[in-house]
Amino acid sequence: MEAGALENPVLRARRNRVDRIGDPLLRGLSGLAAAIAVLVIVGIVYEVIHLSSPAISKFGIGFVTTNDWNPVTETFGAAPFLYGTVVTSAIALLLAAPLSIAISIYLTELAPARLRRPVATLVDMLAAIPTVILGLWGILVLGPFMHDTIEPALKSVLGFLPIFSGDPSAFGYLTAALILTIMVTPIITSVTREVFETVPGDLKEGSYALGATRWEMIRQVVLPYSRAGIVGATILGLGRAIGEAIAVAQVIGGATGIDVSLFHTGGTLAAQIASQFQGAPGELFKSSLAYLGLILLVFAVVVNVIARVIVQRGSLKDVDMTPTEVEAL
Amino acid sequence: MNAPAGHSLLLDRGHLKRRKRVSAIVSAASTVAALLAVAVLLIVVGSVLIKGVGALSIHFLTTPTALFGESGGGISNAIVGTGIMVGLAALMAIPVGLLVAIYTTEFASPRTAHPIRFVLDVLNGVPTIITGIFVYGLLVAGNHQSGFAASIALAIIMLPIVARTAQEVLSLVPATLKEAAHALGIAPWRATVRVTLPTAAGGLLTGALLAVARVAGETAPLILLSSIFAPGVLTEPGQALASIPIFIFQASESPSPEAHTQAWAAALILIAFVLALNIVARAFYARSRKRIGA
Repeated sequence: MEAGALENPVLRARRNRVDRIGDPLLRGLSGLAAAIAVLVIVGIVYEVIHLSSPAISKFGIGFVTTNDWNPVTETFGAAPFLYGTVVTSAIALLLAAPLSIAISIYLTELAPARLRRPVATLVDMLAAIPTVILGLWGILVLGPFMHDTIEPALKSVLGFLPIFSGDPSAFGYLTAALILTIMVTPIITSVTREVFETVPGDLKEGSYALGATRWEMIRQVVLPYSRAGIVGATILGLGRAIGEAIAVAQVIGGATGIDVSLFHTGGTLAAQIASQFQGAPGELFKSSLAYLGLILLVFAVVVNVIARVIVQRGSLKDVDMTPTEVEAL
Repeated sequence: MNAPAGHSLLLDRGHLKRRKRVSAIVSAASTVAALLAVAVLLIVVGSVLIKGVGALSIHFLTTPTALFGESGGGISNAIVGTGIMVGLAALMAIPVGLLVAIYTTEFASPRTAHPIRFVLDVLNGVPTIITGIFVYGLLVAGNHQSGFAASIALAIIMLPIVARTAQEVLSLVPATLKEAAHALGIAPWRATVRVTLPTAAGGLLTGALLAVARVAGETAPLILLSSIFAPGVLTEPGQALASIPIFIFQASESPSPEAHTQAWAAALILIAFVLALNIVARAFYARSRKRIGA
């Protein structure tokens, strides 16, 4: 049918006319779409700066170090939330990075061949759970468990440390950090697993042939070979952890000060915006929240750029990505 | 190849037994880590299932949320609202994302394709609450909340996911297929539309489904853009619409056990939808890769 159409001069002429429009049209439309993507990122930066400009001109750069959030006196500062963001993300990564490496070792070196795909899929599924549901679970299941079991146990063993002092509480830095750990572990795992799979079999077999045990092979071949990928994946996880607003807002307790005890309530940049923006009393309050958002945006962009540069320079460059990784990157 | 392995291994420092024990301990720990991850998934999904299934009923799915102080409502308004907002977002983000991917893989030189890819990755790294602030400043400030504003934010969140997966899949389409099309004298745009896109269809669908699954549970921007809405089932995107994530969020913050039960039931609906989309997306992805022969 197509061939017949081409032999008919009238249809052929019409087709040529369509093609003369079709080529530039597709090119123009797709170029426009690419321009939209670029415009969106520029627009985000502009709008966040614009909304926070009243707070920027009132508090200046000192906002970052001001340890106060008082709507009555209208003094606002980012320090409590920066502290909360750093502490919760750091704990989450300290737990998630080794966990992810261990899971990846299991998936690439230990698991029986027919278990690999199902287990990897299940770990990926953990990343698909909406964070508001993790937060719900955090409020009603994990929080009480932290209050009744984990925190008393930590206190009785490590209570001499200031971070494990004070009364156990269902909501606080530690509960938030654990929720973040659950969120970022599958993201880090999906990248490290892929990197581990690129380690050449020759090197591994060479190591075994020299008499290495499995762990020695992993430590001397797999881990050094994958170092860039592991670091990049962890930083990628960091990007996700600092930006999570909802689940953290649900379980961190919403305090506006710095508390040394990890059991106690606090806040993070993202969570503070999520819980206060709607119904913020006054323009300066709202603008200060946008200023928190600006700080968060700078952090998130820097972290993501660093992670991407490291991962790309590492071994992941030529590997096809799985859906979860595309989502994670 | 400078293998880091081997230099010290031949100098056996003895203790073969100890070395093997260390290796066994690490193996066991890795297995436990994998089990832990799977266990957490099962515990979370199990909690939602056990606590949610009791409150699930036809009534719950077909009745709008009860007014404050009343009991016995459902989530029909939230289901409709989520459907409208996610649907609008998909209508915007999927064509644009696909076109961006076509531009970078078919038209752009590497010098322009690389920065666009980079922009998409940065966009994907922007916290969703920031996307919410952006759209708030753009459409809601000085105006009012709307389902439309929320769907713009969701579309921005979907865009990099759709575009990046589409890029990956389009770049997997064998060059020989495109060359064969060109050799037949077909116009380039026809080659793209009739050869490249159909070959990659399964993978493109994967990206679209994953993006929908991702934003269906997205909550942070909705709090800023569509969280205060009139009672009853609303369908006009010009006004703020209810949504399942906002319902779960607000019910989870409530002290009432009845609200918690409703939150679990809504979570069950949402989690079933999201996980089902993920499973379908993965199936398409596997099939598409097989078809392309990658």
